Amino acid sequence: MGGRRRVLVLFAHPALETSRVNRVLIRGLEGIDGVTVHDLYEEYPDFDIDVATEQQLLLEHDVIVLHHPFYWYSTPALIKQWEDLVLTHGWAYGSGGDALHGKWMMSAITTGGGKSAYQPGGHNRFTVSQLLRPIEQTARLCGMDYLSPFVVYGTLDMHAEAIRAHAVSYRRRIETVRDGALDPLSSHQQLGPESAVDDVMKG
Amino acid sequence: MHGQGFFFQAFVYLGAAVVAVPIAKRLGLGSVLGYLLAGMAIGPFGLGLIGAEGKDVMHFAEFGVVMMLFLIGLELRPSLLWRMRGPIVGLGGLQLGVTAALLTALSMAAGYTWNTALAIGMILALSSTAIVLQTLAEKGLVNSDGGQSAFSVLLFQDIAVIPMLAILPLLALGPEAGSQLGEQADHSSSWVDGLPAWGQTLAVLGAVAGIFVGGRYLMRPVFRFIARTRQSEIFTAAALLLVIGIALLMAQVGLSPALGTFLAGVVLADSEYRHELEADVAPFKALLLGVFFIAVGASVDFGLILSDPARVVALVGALIVIKFAVLVALGRFYGMSFDQNLLFAFSLAQGGEFAFVLFSFAAQQGVIDSETTQTLVAAVAVSMAATPVLMLLNDKLLQPRFGTREQREREPDAMEESKPVIIAGFGRVGGIVGRLLRANGIGTTVLEFDSDHVDLLRNLGLEVYYGDASRLDLLRSAGADKAEVILVAIDDHARALSLIETIQKHFPHLTILARARGRVEAYELLEAGVPHVYRETFETSLQMGVAALRALGVRAHHAHRAAQKFRRHDEVSLRELAALRHDRGQYLSAAREHIRFLEETMQQDLTRPDDFKDLGWDAESLRREADSG
Ligand SMILES: Cc1cc2nc3c(=O)[nH]c(=O)nc-3n(C[C@H](O)[C@H](O)[C@H](O)COP(=O)(O)O)c2cc1C
Repeated sequence: MGGRRRVLVLFAHPALETSRVNRVLIRGLEGIDGVTVHDLYEEYPDFDIDVATEQQLLLEHDVIVLHHPFYWYSTPALIKQWEDLVLTHGWAYGSGGDALHGKWMMSAITTGGGKSAYQPGGHNRFTVSQLLRPIEQTARLCGMDYLSPFVVYGTLDMHAEAIRAHAVSYRRRIETVRDGALDPLSSHQQLGPESAVDDVMKG
Repeated sequence: MHGQGFFFQAFVYLGAAVVAVPIAKRLGLGSVLGYLLAGMAIGPFGLGLIGAEGKDVMHFAEFGVVMMLFLIGLELRPSLLWRMRGPIVGLGGLQLGVTAALLTALSMAAGYTWNTALAIGMILALSSTAIVLQTLAEKGLVNSDGGQSAFSVLLFQDIAVIPMLAILPLLALGPEAGSQLGEQADHSSSWVDGLPAWGQTLAVLGAVAGIFVGGRYLMRPVFRFIARTRQSEIFTAAALLLVIGIALLMAQVGLSPALGTFLAGVVLADSEYRHELEADVAPFKALLLGVFFIAVGASVDFGLILSDPARVVALVGALIVIKFAVLVALGRFYGMSFDQNLLFAFSLAQGGEFAFVLFSFAAQQGVIDSETTQTLVAAVAVSMAATPVLMLLNDKLLQPRFGTREQREREPDAMEESKPVIIAGFGRVGGIVGRLLRANGIGTTVLEFDSDHVDLLRNLGLEVYYGDASRLDLLRSAGADKAEVILVAIDDHARALSLIETIQKHFPHLTILARARGRVEAYELLEAGVPHVYRETFETSLQMGVAALRALGVRAHHAHRAAQKFRRHDEVSLRELAALRHDRGQYLSAAREHIRFLEETMQQDLTRPDDFKDLGWDAESLRREADSG
């Protein structure tokens, strides 16, 4: 692959004013060329999603990033509402539903639980990638390629410095994706689901 | 040339001001200097358009100073004034005492007897409230450290004029002096002349108490009553009446009118009519002060100066240097920063307008001979004219080099407080918005034109001001410069539109949220370039529509979504139709308009049927595909 891709970050945090981690991550994306940040809770406080506008936005981008805190092993409710209303039959999937074919989809997630908890023997019994299967399959059904997720673990007691480091690596990841330097087919080998963050933190 | 009546004089004064002030401001000299130069130009030593009557004009225009102090009082809440008592008495007292002592000593060294010297010292120790405050205000420095200190000193001086008037006759030393004490009243005979000393004191105390009590309890109902007539010129008349009345009363009991109106201002500073009073009196004050400065300019006696220029220059120089030195020393003593100290010292280093009055009074009492007073008056006038120049030098030459220059906007504790939201019209709509904001801890300034309403709301503890919000000056005093949002919810639609025009022109940074009663108003607001238009009946109607759907057995969430989608559809159609509105170019009666809206909107409802469906939740097409597949 190669060439620049236009990236749409669909961001959802219902209480951004109380956020510690996501607010820094999202601010880190400010001013990147070719990246559109779309703050869903700010746009649709009453869940009244404008389907036409959303579909138009999807058409105008090549990579869709679902960025949100992990809530009950899933997305905040508005992302679910977005999926239900925007990915319509005959447009995003089903017969004639090829609007999203060939685009990429990626999750960017922060979890309260630490990385060790998201393992077969751990507290949460499944890895984040496993828990994100519904999204992965949604992407596939719509003919999109699915990238490995960007995950920030253990947010609950995270220091400001670590948060900033994660924001840097998030920005780098988004730029990498935009520049087409990441091949979805090989991304699972290149980066584990936990992303390159740990390197940043340890290095 | 002169004496051709009032209109000619007015023409000359106004013409001089209109020509000179813009030029002076353009050149960065400030309006005060512009007025002074205009006065010199049209005065007896310039074009000679005004002559001896300039003195009378000056007397009349001194009233501008009185108004200015009223306005200053309005901005000073009593609590704030109380907090300033230290600097007023300390700094003010020291400035006056030390400067007067030095000037007295100097005069004695120059050969005057001690009593004459003391009179000269006291009188010259005063500074010019009018020039200083006007210049500071124009530079936006009133709230700076130096500005506040200068203000404290000036306030103390204004108070000190009263005992000076009492002391001057005693300095005459002659046997007849004592007997003259009784008729000392400088302007006119007064009520208290015949009274013994304790009676006079009582009258003074009574007058001050009257201002307090009257301002607190009497003026508010009176203003409310007048406001209810909604006749704005009568309100202006009442405001002027109040100021003039107090000035008269003060003169009668032998107090300074400026001081009296200042007190009245302070008393009214807490009232809901504060902004309206401010807006009403301000233009009169500004004009009168302008005329006053022109008269000062015209009164500079160039004949006298030219007859012995060295003497006058030496006098002015000595006066300014001594005052300046004392002020700098005091500033250091009080721990002012260097730049603020410079500002403080430069601003106050001149003679004041009270000197004119006091010198003529002293001459009349035989304390100072008339030749000396003429020379000193000329010196004072020159020093006043020099003040804006000195402050300009300080501004342009000294401050950039030495100043640390305090930020101009020192936050709230000073004279005005600002709130992020202004609500124009606190009725059915504005009231609810105001409550919501307040419940979330957001400060609002409320402007309301219905005086009954104002009263009620204030009793509930809200900060509400009476006034016509579409006036630029009122908006300004309500803090539109610093606010972020303004809510336009006044009943009178035409006034609302003119308010919006004013905001767009003078406060483009404000986000305007406008209430519309119906579609026509909404169209007009959109046309006026207001993106945020809220139709007051719209949401309620939607709610009722939802209730009707539910009463028919429609599921709650479906009804809710139906209303949401309808709202979005209608907002779009509103904007589309607004754009089309003028194509027809014909006037229709209100009823016809309403029918046409219905027609148009209903047609629009049919053009995009998908607007009303949630296709994403509709599994019908899925089912069909499953069947066929
Ligand atoms: C309603 C709710 C549900 C949550 N569910 C999970 C969860 O299932 N797993 C988890 O690891 N953390 C969970 N969390 C913790 C959030 O993921 C964590 O607060 C968030 O990542 C912090 O990011 P922020 O500082 O930007 O708000 C949940 C938090 C909330 C409020």
